[in-house]
Amino acid sequence: MDLRFTPEELAFREEVRGFIRDNLPREIRERMRLGHPARKQDIVAWQRILNARGWAAYSWPQEWGGPGWTAVQKMIFLEENLAAPAPEVSSFNITMLGPVLIQFGTEEQKRRYLPRAANLDDWWCQGFSEPGSGSDLASLKTRAVKEGGHYVVNGQKIWTSTAHNADWCFLLVRTDPKAPKQQQGISFLLVDLRTPGVEVRPIISIDGSHHLNEVFFTDVRVPVENLVGEENRGWSVAKYLLGNERTGIARLGKSKERTRFALEKAREVNMNGKPLIEDRGFRTRVAQIEVDMKALEITQARVVSAYDKSQDGRPDPLSSVLKIKGTELLQGTSELLMDVGGPQAMPVWQQELAALTNEPALLPEWAVQATPAYLMLRAASIYGGTNEIQKNILNKAVLGL
Amino acid sequence: MDFDLTQDQRLMVESVGRLLADTYAFEQRKALLKTEQGWSPALWAQYAELGLLGLPIAEEHGGFGGGAVEVMLLMQEFGRHLVLEPYLATVVLGAGAIRLAGSPAQQGEILPAIAAGTTRLGFAHYERQARYDMTDVMTTATGAPGGGGFVLEGAKSVVLHGASADALVVSARTAGSRHEAAGLSLFLVDANAPGVTRRGYRLRDGTEAAEIALAAVKVPGHALVGEKDNALPVIERVVQAGIAATAGEVVGAMEAMQAMTLDYLKTRQQFGRPIGDNQALQHRAAEMMVALEQGRSMAMLASMMVDEPDAADRARNISMAKVGVGQSGRFVSQNAVQLHGGIGMTEEYAVGHFFRRVMVIEHMFGDTAYHLDRLADGVA
Repeated sequence: MDLRFTPEELAFREEVRGFIRDNLPREIRERMRLGHPARKQDIVAWQRILNARGWAAYSWPQEWGGPGWTAVQKMIFLEENLAAPAPEVSSFNITMLGPVLIQFGTEEQKRRYLPRAANLDDWWCQGFSEPGSGSDLASLKTRAVKEGGHYVVNGQKIWTSTAHNADWCFLLVRTDPKAPKQQQGISFLLVDLRTPGVEVRPIISIDGSHHLNEVFFTDVRVPVENLVGEENRGWSVAKYLLGNERTGIARLGKSKERTRFALEKAREVNMNGKPLIEDRGFRTRVAQIEVDMKALEITQARVVSAYDKSQDGRPDPLSSVLKIKGTELLQGTSELLMDVGGPQAMPVWQQELAALTNEPALLPEWAVQATPAYLMLRAASIYGGTNEIQKNILNKAVLGL
Repeated sequence: MDFDLTQDQRLMVESVGRLLADTYAFEQRKALLKTEQGWSPALWAQYAELGLLGLPIAEEHGGFGGGAVEVMLLMQEFGRHLVLEPYLATVVLGAGAIRLAGSPAQQGEILPAIAAGTTRLGFAHYERQARYDMTDVMTTATGAPGGGGFVLEGAKSVVLHGASADALVVSARTAGSRHEAAGLSLFLVDANAPGVTRRGYRLRDGTEAAEIALAAVKVPGHALVGEKDNALPVIERVVQAGIAATAGEVVGAMEAMQAMTLDYLKTRQQFGRPIGDNQALQHRAAEMMVALEQGRSMAMLASMMVDEPDAADRARNISMAKVGVGQSGRFVSQNAVQLHGGIGMTEEYAVGHFFRRVMVIEHMFGDTAYHLDRLADGVA
């Protein structure tokens, strides 16, 4: 038993860190440090820089343009990228669509979509959830009826992250409403969002941002060659996508980076006339977070190390532990930073807009930004399978309840 | 990174598991608790035969030459069965001090006897006023008149298996004042020496401990273990080894409680169905599993940090492990009792025994609050 990285892994970490340091545009890094969400152009720019290095499709096999990394290397890459802090590569393109096409797609689909997904030439979004189908995804109702060479799609998706930025959507539709089980009769389609009949409407979330959308499909004609896998077998495609190896699900690098940033800011703000960093209660709170991060780091290493050794490549049910604890830490560290900001974290103030008219900084930008980040991260325990669903998974897969 | 067991480790775990399955059924353990000694000398001899008592002792001293990871794995098995023998006191703590700081003569005499099962030690460091403060030592050792020896004076509190030990590793001030880091020394003291008074009792988990009074206890100069006035680093390392070992024990106990609880959730019927059909209870069980796995990770951390040369890094990581395992243990054991309902409160049922072992361990070597406080010192 050994917790240490091998010299090769340590060298790899240095290589990744060095590359990010030398190639991440300074302006992007600075905005992210201040807590701004990455803008579309930042995400695209950074993913293309990574792709030129052969790293954007970090989890794909080499045959399809991936670097062929071990699970440990992927973990190191993701952590360094988050800790930089740099924009995350598009999870829709890289961890969802890519592996699905590689597993289920036709040669033609792979050739057509994979290189563009890696380079973020196409921005993909995920059309899974519906107003009536959240955690109970298999109950989805969006219909697709085959008419000649097309599926005609009618229905509505919701909570569709970044659909307003997206070019394409991978969509779960019901192709056989008479199937005996609701998991049967579902198909997985690739939909060009410029197709007539697609309408994207924004949902403004509690952080004030436009991240989520509703997507309406009215007689949208999708060519039959955009079916992935077999018709009516889309549920196994979706299950594969959702259960895919989730090395990065804990997003520990982000929690670590936000904690470091909070400590830095805790030197600048006061508590009872002394720097907050000297306050005992604050220090104990940080110590507890550090304990939880350390435990998660080792649990994650156990999962990743087991993944590298397992032959079947099936997801470890312990991934659910990573999701639960990882999101609790993301939420906990965002709360910490907001609390460091204190009253200055409460105003709605866009310094970037003010700067356009040469207005001087009115408030510390990091503090103002800490609150929307905190608000947005309340979603972390909801998306990707709510933490309650993760507990159900543990019960079924491990505990036998 | 590597989390797999070696062939040797697996074999050890399996053979210990088999032995304990035969000898440590709940009723057998209850019978042992009722004996005067409270543990089994016959099993102790069997541990010696299996090489377990020499596990962390060097081969040249009749041991197995294993490390903290092996000890953790063994303690995990012990935790699963709530083993009562004085392994922690003798092999981890007492022998640990001799291994770390003993003279060649001390090592050559004591360690083979421990490995053979013929000598048992106690680690008499903490004092009543000290709570968890490792430097708060009021017991003194002064040079014996005429030179060539020491006289010990003071009292030690809650010394694990102190009443039945053959010899004690005792900390005492040879210089400095209370709370001072420098000036501590360790002595190997015959437990039956004149002036040593031991008042034994049971802890809440049924294991044995003692209050020990030292009144003008004379020891020879060669009883000194390690450097005079500079024992704190040794004491710290012994305590750290104790934390790592008991972390493994807590993991084993948590596993047992988790298994018992799941079994109960699946079989206990209320309202015409198993209580485990209730999602509120299912989620609690899942949260117990999360806590158990996080605790397991921290026990691994502790055992892998025991031999870390960087003292600050070692102390910090082991404190983290103590906090993590302490919190996991509390969560799992409290919920194990809760999910069992009334039966979990009874002495006749095993879960409450595991509960108390985990509780006692949390209050050894600095509790959760103590180590969290130390970590808070280090936040930067």
